[in-house]
Amino acid sequence: MRHTISVLVENKFGVLARIAGLFSARGFNIDSLAVGETEDPTVSRMTIISKGDDKTLEQIKKQLNKLIDVIKVVDFKEGEFVDRELMLIKVAVNAENQKNVLEAVESVGGRVVSALPGSVSAEVAGDSNKINGLIELLKPFSIVEVVRTGRIALGTGEKGMKADGKPEVNE
Amino acid sequence: MNGARILIECLKKENVEVIFGYPGGQVLPIFDQLYDAPIRFILTRHEQGAAHAADGYARATGKVGVCLATSGPGATNLVTGIATAYMDSIPMVAITGQVKSFLIGNDAFQEADITGITRPITKHNYLVEDIKDLARVIKEAFHVASTGRPGPVLVDIPSDIQMQETEFAYPEKVQMRGYNPTYNGHPGQIKRAAKAISESKRPILYVGGGAIACDASDEVYSLATKNDIPVTMTLLGLGAFPMTHKLALGMLGMHGTAYANHAIMDSDLIIAVGARFDDRVTGKLDAFAPHASVIHIDIDPASVSKTVDVDIPIVGDAAIVLKQLNKMVKKPDTKDWLKTIDGWKKTYPMKYKIDEKLRPQYVVEQIYEATKGNAIICTEVGQNQMWAAQYFKFIKPRTIISSGGLGTMGYGFPAAIGAKLGRPKMPVFDVAGDGSIQMNIQELATAVIEKTPVKIIILNNSCLGMVRQWQELFYKKRYSYTKLCADTPDFVKLAESYGAVGMRITKKKDVRKAIDKALKINNTVVIDFRVEQEENVFPMVPAGEAINKMISGGLA
Ligand SMILES: Cc1ncc(C[n+]2csc(CCOP(=O)(O)OP(=O)(O)O)c2C)c(N)n1
Repeated sequence: MRHTISVLVENKFGVLARIAGLFSARGFNIDSLAVGETEDPTVSRMTIISKGDDKTLEQIKKQLNKLIDVIKVVDFKEGEFVDRELMLIKVAVNAENQKNVLEAVESVGGRVVSALPGSVSAEVAGDSNKINGLIELLKPFSIVEVVRTGRIALGTGEKGMKADGKPEVNE
Repeated sequence: MNGARILIECLKKENVEVIFGYPGGQVLPIFDQLYDAPIRFILTRHEQGAAHAADGYARATGKVGVCLATSGPGATNLVTGIATAYMDSIPMVAITGQVKSFLIGNDAFQEADITGITRPITKHNYLVEDIKDLARVIKEAFHVASTGRPGPVLVDIPSDIQMQETEFAYPEKVQMRGYNPTYNGHPGQIKRAAKAISESKRPILYVGGGAIACDASDEVYSLATKNDIPVTMTLLGLGAFPMTHKLALGMLGMHGTAYANHAIMDSDLIIAVGARFDDRVTGKLDAFAPHASVIHIDIDPASVSKTVDVDIPIVGDAAIVLKQLNKMVKKPDTKDWLKTIDGWKKTYPMKYKIDEKLRPQYVVEQIYEATKGNAIICTEVGQNQMWAAQYFKFIKPRTIISSGGLGTMGYGFPAAIGAKLGRPKMPVFDVAGDGSIQMNIQELATAVIEKTPVKIIILNNSCLGMVRQWQELFYKKRYSYTKLCADTPDFVKLAESYGAVGMRITKKKDVRKAIDKALKINNTVVIDFRVEQEENVFPMVPAGEAINKMISGGLA
């Protein structure tokens, strides 16, 4: 099962290495990882997409929580969050097919950020379906490079993820 | 005050009475402060020795052990010691010097990224980047090392920061939003556990190092004796319940007693206290304790249901949880169960061949007889470690000091020096193999000069016995590079060259006399016991087997 985990961490150097190291040392997979500062500059938020059975995921969450620089961990439940990713893509074009490429980008709601005689660069933001859809559409042309941010996720509903500290675990 | 002085002031505030370490270029300012500081400094002869000694001190006393080394090679020499402490959850603060802040990242002389290197083997670590953070970092380091599930914390201090000046103010308390260990178990879960125990027919207590760390042995004793529940212990749990008690089953697992392994496999309720169901204990996981429900009391939520699935998890401090549990449990009827276990005890007693030959198990038994269990037994790793665990009757907590999780050869002797410093009135032994003892033999200088008289019992089989045993049993007796030489080194002369006392014993009848004599000598003593080379550790569960599928070497 694929899981989308949000982690609030201290915005300090070395924290990313701790988290990445934990995943590799314990043999957990990372499918996607995105990090950025939050509204509070002392706190960063990571979105990690990982695969594993329930037992593995439980262990991942517990091990993340054990890290002292980790403030909070949430494993999003299906249907209770949205996730987005941003892709930049560059396609080689010629006079004949440039129009087709521009159309393809527009058809998925992407935006062209640079259109030169030999190449078109575009951005598209959205869920993976949308992003993978555009890649599929552009495959028949000549894709020069693709860069993706990795997914970020946000829980829907009124509650938010706050850096108010770790609660006691009570099992 | 400069950074180095601030460090010393912080250590004083933490009531540090002894530091183990070794000097070098990037810790000169700290050593300059140590010169007239009211803290004892033990100069080991290798940084690994310093780390293990700090660890042994911590295990013997329950306090935080402190070690100190310079940057680069000094720091990397601590690594094995830190990993050893990490695997066994030992509270330790390791302080390292680092190259000057502005040189970090330049491959400067004696630069090593020690926070990077130790990230996976510390509970937490710090690189101090600003003199203003130093006091807070030290406060946090001691707090993190000693609370929750304890563990080593490393603090790396660049030498320029040691020399910078700032005002010293030790924080009153720590504020760490990412760290909040759980001490009180969930009352509902404790109630469920009490009910499960009261209704069980074949309960067993499975007690690990966490019970020692939490000082929970009195509560373990009450739970066991008031309710007639048998107790098995892990290597690190030995001493949590007295081996002399009739409810004690000794160690379980790969080299555990047959009756402990049969009991856990047949039990209907396992009450795990500060133990983590590691592979040396469970054997083949799918086959482990098929009829048992599991109550697991542990301070580390990540230990719960990591391998064995747990029915009633209770996250909390073992002593606090057991105290509450003890108030609620109604005594189950375990008469038949204890009878069954007695049967196993009679059918499969711990035994070895008793004849005129000098066998290692006999030596361990004689240490027990000579001390009646009032001693601290450190061990090296290998057969010596297992015989110590099997044949010494541990009656008190913090009397076995052994590298369980990492299995570090060379641990026992420096750990013994640390233990002796922490508990000077207790006789301290290192039960060693002739292989392991050579891994930190240089600490003979430390033991003699610092007057920490430990007794080194070398069970000298002229080989790397435990590896030889596996080669005998599973590799067709192809003894590939496991032979050592009985006469190189000459341990008696070696001991004497350091100013210690050396003895060599080749006959069974001289064993007890030698131990008694060693106990009377107020110096470090090395006794070279020439034991049977072919002796193996039994019972033994072959790797990957269920733990009731023991082989007994034809003895049972
Ligand atoms: C540092 C280290 N290296 C290697 C090993 C692997 N190992 C485990 S037991 C053992 C043999 C130990 O020999 P010795 O100290 O003579 O003890 P004995 O088993 O003979 O009692 C070895 C090499 C280890 N545990 N630690």
